[in-house]
Parts: sequence; structure tokens; C-alpha cells
Amino acid sequence: MIPASISIAFRIAALLALAAFPLVGSEFYAEVVAKILILAIFAMSLDLLVGFTGLVSFGHAAYFGIAAYAVVLFSPPFAAANLWWVLPASMAVAAAAAFVIGLFVLRTKGIYFIMVTLAFAQMTYYIFHDTALGGGSDGIYLDLKPDATVAGITPFDFAEPLHLYYFVLAALVAVYVFLTLVLRSPFGRVLVGIRSNEHRMRSLGYATFWYKLAAFTLAGGLAGLAGFLYAVLFGFVTPEYLSWHKSGDVLLMVILGGMGNLAGAIAGAFALVGLQELFSDWTKHWQLLMGGVIVAAVLFMPGGLAALPGRLITLLQKRSGRG
Amino acid sequence: MDLTTFLIQVLNALQYGLLLFLVASGLTLVFGIMGIINLAHGSFYMIGAYMAFVLTSMTGNLMLAIALGIPLAFALGALLEKLLFVHLYKRDHLEQVLLTYGLILIFEELRSLAVGDDVHGVAIPALFSASIPLSETLSYPVYRLVISAVCVVLAVGLYVLIQKTRLGMMIRAGSHDREMVQALGIDINRLYMIVFALGVALAALAGMLAAPVSSVYPGMGASVLIISFVIVVIGGVGSVWGALVAALVIGFADTFGKVLVPELAGLAVYLVMAAVLLWRPEGIFRKG
Repeated sequence: MIPASISIAFRIAALLALAAFPLVGSEFYAEVVAKILILAIFAMSLDLLVGFTGLVSFGHAAYFGIAAYAVVLFSPPFAAANLWWVLPASMAVAAAAAFVIGLFVLRTKGIYFIMVTLAFAQMTYYIFHDTALGGGSDGIYLDLKPDATVAGITPFDFAEPLHLYYFVLAALVAVYVFLTLVLRSPFGRVLVGIRSNEHRMRSLGYATFWYKLAAFTLAGGLAGLAGFLYAVLFGFVTPEYLSWHKSGDVLLMVILGGMGNLAGAIAGAFALVGLQELFSDWTKHWQLLMGGVIVAAVLFMPGGLAALPGRLITLLQKRSGRG
Repeated sequence: MDLTTFLIQVLNALQYGLLLFLVASGLTLVFGIMGIINLAHGSFYMIGAYMAFVLTSMTGNLMLAIALGIPLAFALGALLEKLLFVHLYKRDHLEQVLLTYGLILIFEELRSLAVGDDVHGVAIPALFSASIPLSETLSYPVYRLVISAVCVVLAVGLYVLIQKTRLGMMIRAGSHDREMVQALGIDINRLYMIVFALGVALAALAGMLAAPVSSVYPGMGASVLIISFVIVVIGGVGSVWGALVAALVIGFADTFGKVLVPELAGLAVYLVMAAVLLWRPEGIFRKG
């Protein structure tokens, strides 16, 4: 185990590095990092289900995409919507979708749960892909980014990349702290109990279905926050936001980072997108390298990135013990 | 819809469903017996289709290409099992998902390096290139009937293999109780290798048969993969007969969905899946 003080110091250092990054790095890389931070929020929301509640959802992109479409559809044409109602409204739509879908999918378990969540996500994908609701398969543009004016004062402006970057970073920290508190609360303890043994939790008198539904809805709402920010950052939305590739990518981030560890989910987002950017710089055939890394990671690195520091320390202790 | 069109759609649905069964049967066997979720299964379908394209342009005949392709696919399956999948049996399902997802990326890029990203057509063998006239304007291509016939023969062959042979007995026993099979002195590693290679060969054969009809294009593995998983789950994981029934249901749902409600064709398959799983949360033929 790593001492808690080192772990906390490391987190604060990482946060400071992220806060300082756009001041020293180029604008292009600041946008890449902003994208990673948004995906990290997305990955943490999924980790609440996969890592803490034991619900492997293969359709989490649905809620990400629904909120992304919501911000575009809620914005009046060629005008900006007000951030302070469009953000909660988009998240609420995503959470409501997760609640309704959750009522159905939570009846199944194991691989069946994986596949039914996928099925519902594919349905939402085809609704946006095949109907004119959101511009069909071409997607739809967000004409103007939401306006942050409140009571006549505009504290920041999303048209400024720097302002948007810090808003995204603040959202990441807020979600991290919020989920940490949720997991420490009695509610979070019940979720972790459900992951280890749902039968026992039920025999202890917990209505596990409703706890799982609450977690599913919460995760949907937070995925909606990520989808909202993603749509604002890039200014357009396509059905690809809801595709199974997106659901697969975010699941990869969670697994790669190490399930049941919020910091691991963030590390997984950095590792996956960072490698994608790095390899695609080198060669057109970057997926070959990416695939190789993933295969090697599974074969040689069980437990994901989050288990890596602990394993290194054990290794060092063994070495010094011997020497 | 008049009777001729209806008949044509029924034949299309049958052909599509039977072809999907070839892919899904391997997937459900590998999951049921070896406990492995293999996302790369769709890639074997894609590899089969590209083998049909490459070997047909080399030999000039699709049937010769298929005869060469099947042993190649079987060997590929055996090799992959020995090198990679053998390490996955004791791992968590999620790690299997991760590794096989990595394999998809590798196979797609190797395909892109070897053959490029263009769409290719494969010629129907001259023997089957005719069409059967059904009315003055409508006819049905013989090759599609051949596909259905080959699939039916293979389905019967699979039934005989699993129900009537010694190997089939081991496969059935292996899907019920792994340890007991080992305790009885059966070489489970060899059994796993054969089952896996058989699954790869079936998926590749489906790709080779489909190549002239669907043409050969990048990403063809992904769509088949998702549909095959839907079939495996609807049929009940591990049940080959469940997969057959589910594949036909999906074949009909997809074909008639496209004819009757073209705007929402993509939805039909997933609506069927959601409905079936709400009715029976562990598939139609769940194993005891």
C-alpha cells in the first residue's frame, strides 16, 4: 500500500499541473487536455456503475450523447442558451433517460446486463441516426456556445478557450469530490455492498433494485455533464456520440485505469486518449500500436494502471529486502 | 405486399438469419464452453471475407478460395488459442473484453496494411450466377439459395457433431462441468483449441460465403459482431440451438423491419432483443 499522505500530495500536484498546463502549453494541446478531462468525467461516471456497484454497462454513451443533443436542441437557432438553465436541463434529460432505461435493464444480470444496456444504447443511436430530430447521420451544429450571464454579470465566456478549459477542470474536480463523498455516504456503502454480494444486501433488508436504479440514474446524469461539455467544446454533435464505440472506449478507460478507483478512471482517460494522440502523430496505422498496447496491458498488467504504483513499491521493497 | 415480394423477403430473411447463425454458433460455443467473451469474433468474419477476395483473385474461383480458406482459418484459430486465449481462461470477463477489443484494432490495421481500405467485389462462381424468374419483373439469385443450403447442411453437421460423436460428447460435457471433464482424463486444452478453431473457421466461412453478396469493406466485422452478440444473448448464452432460433428471428426482424418501416429499420433488431430479454431475462433457451 502507498501511504495516504503521498497519495494526496500526488493528487494535488496533478491538479496544479493541470491548472498550469494551458498557461505553458500550446492552444492545440490545451484543447486535447480539455477533451481528456471531459472524458475523465465520463469515465468516473461509468466507474460508479462498473467499479463500485458491479454493473457493467456497455451502453453508457447513450446518456453522454443524449445530453450532447439536448444542449443543441435546447439552444435557440443562431443564439446562445443561458448556461445556468441549459446545463441542468441537459443533465436532467440524460438522468431521466437513464432512469427509464434502468427500470428495464436492471432486471437482467451479468452478460445479459452488458448486452441489454448495449441494445438500449443502440436504439437511442438509431433514433438520432435515422430520424430528422438531430440532423440524421450528418449530426447537427451548436451555433453558439451557452452564455454564462447571471443577473446581468458575465463571469466567464465559453468562446474563450481558456475560460472553457478552467470550467471543465472545475467540473472534473467537482465530480471527483462529489463521487468521493457519495461513496463515503451510507448510500455509497450500500452500492459497494451490492457489488460484493447482492443477495446478502437484500437479506439485510435493502431494496437493492432501487439503490441500483439510483446509481444508474446518477451515473447517467454525470455522463450527461460530460456530453454537455463535449458538445460545447467541439460545437457539433453526431450520432457517433451514442455509438457502441464510444461506450467501448469509456469502458476501456475504466478497465485500463483499474476499476473501483476514481483517480484510476482519470488516469485511464489520459492513458487511452494520450496514446491515441501520440500514435496517430507517428503513423496512419496507429490502431495497430494501440491494439498491441492494450493486449500487452491485459497480459502483463492485471489490475490496471491504479495497481501499478503499489506493485512497483512491492517490487522495490523486495529488492531492498534482498540487498 | 404481393405474394412474390413476400416470398423473396422470406428467402432473404432465411438466408441472412442462417448466415448469422454460422457466426453466432462459434461465439456461443466459445462462451458456453470456454467462458470467454470474444469481441474479436466479428474480425474472423471480416478476415474470411477478405480471404475470399484475395484467394479468388489469385485462383480465379470462389469455391477453390473457400476450400483453401477453411483450413487457413482453422489454423489461425488454433494458433491464436495457443498464443493468446490460453491466458484468458482464468481472467475476469472485463479483461477478456479489453484484450479482444485490442485484437479488433490489430486485425483491422493489418487488413488495412495488407489489402488497403477500398471496397471490393467478389465474383459469384459461374455455376451459381443465374437467377430464377418468379414473375415477369422479379427473380431470385441462385447464389443466395446456395448460401442458405450450405448453412442448413452445416447446421445439420453441427447437430450431428455435437449430439452423435465422441468429440461432441466432450464438448457437451465441457460446457456443463469443466473440472469433472478434466478429472475423467480428457485433454481439456486440446478440446478448447478445437472448439475455438472451429468457431473461427465457421465465422470465416460465413464471411467467405457473404463476400459476393455484401461485397468486402472495412468495418464489416463490427456490425456482424454486435448482431451476433444479440443473437447469442437472445438464444441463451452457450446454447447452439438457441442461437439458431434467435438468428432466424433476427433475420426476419431485420429484413421485414427494413421493408415495413424503413425509417426505423435499425431499431427493429434491438427492440426484439429488449422484448425477449424482458420476457426471459436469460434468453429463450437458458441452460439449466
